[in-house]
Amino acid sequence: MAGLYLHIPFCAHKCHYCDFFSAPPAGDQLATWHLLLERNLRLIGTEQRPEIETIFFGGGTPSLLSPAQVSSTLACCRELFPLSQNIEISLEANPGTLTASSLAGFLAAGINRLSLGIQSFDNKYLQLLGRGHSAEEAAKSFMLARDIGFTNISVDLIFALPGQGPSDLEQEIEKLLALSPEHVGIYGLSVENDTLLQEMVTRGQVAEVDEETYAKSYLQLNRLLSAAGYEHYEISNFARPGFRCRHNQAYWQRKTCLAAGAGAHAFDATGYGKRSAIPPDLMNYQQQLNRGQNPAELLEEFDQRQAMAETLYLALRTSEGVDSAAFAQRFGISLAEAFPAALASLSPHLQQRGNHYFFTAESWLLYDHLISHFL
Amino acid sequence: MNQNQIRNFSIIAHIDHGKSTLADRLLEVTGALSARDKTDQFLDKMDLEKERGITIKSQAVRIPYKSRDGQDYLLNLIDTPGHVDFTYEVSRSLSACEGALLVVDAAQGVEAQTLANVYLALDQDLEIIPVLNKIDLPSAEPEQVKQEIEEIIGIDTSDAISVSAKSGLGVEDLLESIVKRVPAPGGDRNAPLRALTFDSWYDSYQGVIVLVRVIDGVLRKGDKIKLMITGGVYEVQKVGAYTPHPVTLPELSAGEVGFVIANIKVVDDAKVGDTITHLHKPSDTPLEGFEEIQPMVFSGLYPIDSADYDDFRDALEKLRLNDAAFSFEPENSMALGFGFRCGFLGLLHMEIIQERLEREFGVELITTAPTVVYEVTTVKNELLRVESANMLPPVQLIATIKEPFVLASVHVPNDYVGAVLSLCIEKRGVQREIKYLTSNRVMIIYELPLNEIVLDFFDRLKSVTRGYASLDYEPLDYRISELVRLNVLINGEVVDALSLIVHRDKAQLRGSELVAKMKEFIPRQQFEVAIQAAIGNKVIARQTVKALRKDVTAKCYGGDISRKRKLLEKQKEGKKRMKRVGNVELPQEAFLAILKVKD
Repeated sequence: MAGLYLHIPFCAHKCHYCDFFSAPPAGDQLATWHLLLERNLRLIGTEQRPEIETIFFGGGTPSLLSPAQVSSTLACCRELFPLSQNIEISLEANPGTLTASSLAGFLAAGINRLSLGIQSFDNKYLQLLGRGHSAEEAAKSFMLARDIGFTNISVDLIFALPGQGPSDLEQEIEKLLALSPEHVGIYGLSVENDTLLQEMVTRGQVAEVDEETYAKSYLQLNRLLSAAGYEHYEISNFARPGFRCRHNQAYWQRKTCLAAGAGAHAFDATGYGKRSAIPPDLMNYQQQLNRGQNPAELLEEFDQRQAMAETLYLALRTSEGVDSAAFAQRFGISLAEAFPAALASLSPHLQQRGNHYFFTAESWLLYDHLISHFL
Repeated sequence: MNQNQIRNFSIIAHIDHGKSTLADRLLEVTGALSARDKTDQFLDKMDLEKERGITIKSQAVRIPYKSRDGQDYLLNLIDTPGHVDFTYEVSRSLSACEGALLVVDAAQGVEAQTLANVYLALDQDLEIIPVLNKIDLPSAEPEQVKQEIEEIIGIDTSDAISVSAKSGLGVEDLLESIVKRVPAPGGDRNAPLRALTFDSWYDSYQGVIVLVRVIDGVLRKGDKIKLMITGGVYEVQKVGAYTPHPVTLPELSAGEVGFVIANIKVVDDAKVGDTITHLHKPSDTPLEGFEEIQPMVFSGLYPIDSADYDDFRDALEKLRLNDAAFSFEPENSMALGFGFRCGFLGLLHMEIIQERLEREFGVELITTAPTVVYEVTTVKNELLRVESANMLPPVQLIATIKEPFVLASVHVPNDYVGAVLSLCIEKRGVQREIKYLTSNRVMIIYELPLNEIVLDFFDRLKSVTRGYASLDYEPLDYRISELVRLNVLINGEVVDALSLIVHRDKAQLRGSELVAKMKEFIPRQQFEVAIQAAIGNKVIARQTVKALRKDVTAKCYGGDISRKRKLLEKQKEGKKRMKRVGNVELPQEAFLAILKVKD
């Protein structure tokens, strides 16, 4: 059982806040990419053929691929790996790139979960973020996808935007709920190095929100979305019951995930686990594959202590938290024995329900600070 | 060798004026050091000395030299420390010589430190040979610098030697000049033994190695010797000299310089300035000039991890084997746990010890702000030496507090006189003299409280003069001052390790600056942290570190997991250097914030 992540490091243009590895596709680069991905998959297939439960087209902007390319990639997957009956196949899409025919094509190709990067329903913010689509276009894309037959759609929103107050946020959620997505991702705006946004902040054109505002907005989102029937199941993710993203959950549960495409990361859960990555270098990727070499490089191999720490680091991001019985069984040492000092320091924050320890949204706001106790 | 063919000399120079390079060149030109042995700055043996371009321990090297008229000579070069903290050691090393090379950078001119050491040399009646170094630099102004030497020091520079220690230019002329001008040592080979100890260090194979200059008599292997000040009696196991590699010799006689190994266990038993004589045919008077050295600056040193306490004490004991000038006593702090109150000759000495503890012994330390020794007279007329704010008795029991003053001289280009004067006034200085050495170089002499100097005077001086000032000082006296204890409270609790003794008039300012600076250093925690400065129960300043409200990585998917986790691990590594006080985590910088207020 495993997930499969496919990375498409291309974007039509760079958003102002983005510091990821991506570039506009030049000439027939997308067509070449699609061929390389398939070659990459075949190389993986010669080494292992686990049953695939989830496939995730991530990026970048995977919706730049044509439905035919997506379809052929998935055909390749089907040929190489046994696919689960109820497989989840997600595609990240930028509303600006979608049309009725492309949506219909993706659906027909087998995509059954769409993740739309809407980010905001306020054109003022979309402009600031450099998104290249309007709020109206975004809503239209969503409704189009729904009409065409997508029954599992996720919407990403950015909060903690400059000047965004509680009423602004309430309006955003109102517009979001009007679309009734199955899943919502919320991300506080962060100003990363070497981005246009950082430049705007440096020049004083944009002011970053303070921590207090960030915290209040986060908790407001938690309240509004919970009231609307969404479960806050991970720090940045909400879902209607039954619609949690299974692919991402596998990351937090440290399950095996294969990966193809330069810039993609894979995790092998055997033993205490090892993580590998394909360097984000297109030339090198192509050369390696042309020579029939696996472009993945080992990133880290875990020992017991590291595996225990990372298990907690990931599991406590979710509302499930960590199952102490499963932990003890997995590692042969109880949580209390392995991390006595950390558990004591965290006692005001760690909640307990049966065997499970977990954080609430209030504590998630300090996640990095709190989780350091286990690292 | 005949006494007439021996020349004992030392080199006096300011830091960076090329003393160590010149010493290397002298060894090379005379063939004492082959090119194969050569590492830069051969005489600075400790890594620390090489890295910082300073000399901490003295060295004595025997250099054979054939002069131009065909005579064979033995030159003994005694390399001395060159810092105000080690003035006493310098004075003893100089008294082992008959001559000194005064090395002045031909582009920089005379500096305060040079001057202080020249005066020490003049006090010992040494023959001084002025040497202008870096003569090949385009910015060299030898004539002007000569004039400066004549005006400031009052010695004749008509036969000054111009050299470039770097290229070797002029070094042979210098050797000739040493032979011609430095007097041969006096002393009587047949008189009872008197040998001056001018440095010593601990060697783990041979015990303490003592550097000596034999004044009268002869010292041989097997001799029963007595150290006249400490009273210790030993049997000599080995005598010899450095060439620069150690060589065993049959004897050291009047006029010679070399080493003695005599099964001495700790350097403290062979104090700098002591006199070695024979047990059975002793001299009746020791050599003049011995002083018991006293630490001037104290600070608390604490292991960050209290489990390191025993290792730390071992490290201090080992260092002490090699450095009699430094002292330590157990001290207990509510905030920092078990540690030691350590005494140093000065700030450089303190830094060196701290650095060696961390580097050579691997002990991670928290250091408290340095303090001087106060003399407190109680209402019952008892006299107390107070080396830390926490030792200060309650106010109602204190009659007077005296603090040490020093006489400081600052050499500075004309343009910075105003800045230096305001700094000295700010530091509660009393002006003695302002003297124009040349039209552009000024010597400013102030009486200053040592307490202000150990805080941040030197850093401030460097910053207001863009590094152009040089500073020297000597102890002056103790004066009654209006001094108070300034406490720092973290969330209402007094942190003893942060208490300071300050002048009453400066308490308000210092308190405000201190809490403001601490606010910068204390990372935000899950709760609000109040930092207060108080005199007695009266709070005079306050700052608040707001509670952490948000510290979260929003995106953590496949590609982020390793990278972001490693980032957190790295941050946590930094936190290990923090000390928990109550429930607040304080980094090392917070304990030294008082030194950083004007950064």
